[in-house]
Amino acid sequence: MKTRLIVALAGLTLCFGAQANDAASVHATNAWIRVLPGTLPAGGYVDFANDSDHTLKIVDTDSPAYGHAMLHRSSTDGGMGRMEMLKSVDLPAKSTTKFAPGGYHVMLMDAGKPVKAGDTVVVNFHLADGSVLPVNFVARPANANGPKD
Amino acid sequence: MKLSRPVRAVALMALFAMAFALAGCQRDAQPQWRLTDVSGHLPDLDFRLTDDNGHAVTGADYKGKVVLMYFGYTHCPDVCPLTLTQLHVVMQRLGAPADDARILFVSVDPARDTPEIMHAYVNAFDKRAVGLIGSERDTEALAKRYRSAFTREPDRGDGAYDVSHSSAIYIFDRDGKARLLATPSAAQDDIVHDLHLLIGLGAKS
Repeated sequence: MKTRLIVALAGLTLCFGAQANDAASVHATNAWIRVLPGTLPAGGYVDFANDSDHTLKIVDTDSPAYGHAMLHRSSTDGGMGRMEMLKSVDLPAKSTTKFAPGGYHVMLMDAGKPVKAGDTVVVNFHLADGSVLPVNFVARPANANGPKD
Repeated sequence: MKLSRPVRAVALMALFAMAFALAGCQRDAQPQWRLTDVSGHLPDLDFRLTDDNGHAVTGADYKGKVVLMYFGYTHCPDVCPLTLTQLHVVMQRLGAPADDARILFVSVDPARDTPEIMHAYVNAFDKRAVGLIGSERDTEALAKRYRSAFTREPDRGDGAYDVSHSSAIYIFDRDGKARLLATPSAAQDDIVHDLHLLIGLGAKS
């Protein structure tokens, strides 16, 4: 009985520990921005690995380099290309969620100063618990296929 | 099922023999397209638009070139760049013959897309890409001609808006005849394969 209580308490502590900072459970890799000419909006792409055992949620995004940043999803269902704005994106437990061309992306608008290929730009992702995950994005040319190619 | 080596060799020889026989009796045999063959189902290339250098152009200006026509707009940060990047990779893989092909990027957002913006946009992807813009009416007429559709979505509040649009790539031969239809999800190998064949048709020898 006593052991069970300790285990439960330990579990609770672990739980609180994880919840104290959702951002610590998420690892971002392969982050890149497709830079378009002039003042045109750009798409940001990244892989999020959620190492925790529960679903985490991105609820907002912003960047010091851009006036506006939004969570978006594109689709080409039924032969129509369209975009929708998202209030949040779920990151399922123990898996990687990809922001990739043709699907989830961050739409970055109104760059403070022109972002050029080769620049590194920070984009912040706000998680449901209020923690923030800052991610370094590398700016790539318009016709790039990914962060390196 | 695994065939023994001699059986495989015989089967291969039979296949070759059949291919030769077919080639012999059908001089004008149609190439084996991998994309959707739309020959005879869509009208010839024809339009009156303005190119990204500000010049008035018609479909006839691209006679002699294989044309890949795609509808989109420059404030499209994801799907349009993805498609244009794919077409750029396809052109690179084609090598020298790609000079006999043109990517025509037709704006479905004539309110925001000017020749200058279109010029910078298409050239950021491929030097064989041409940006085309027209009046609302001419753009609509062209989209209708190819059973393509586009819809301006409601304002996002800050004056910015998205345009939903058909994602198909229309491919015309050197004579401006509609020949093939590709989707952005088509395998690059298939597009390269078919363009090689199409560029080869009617090539100056």
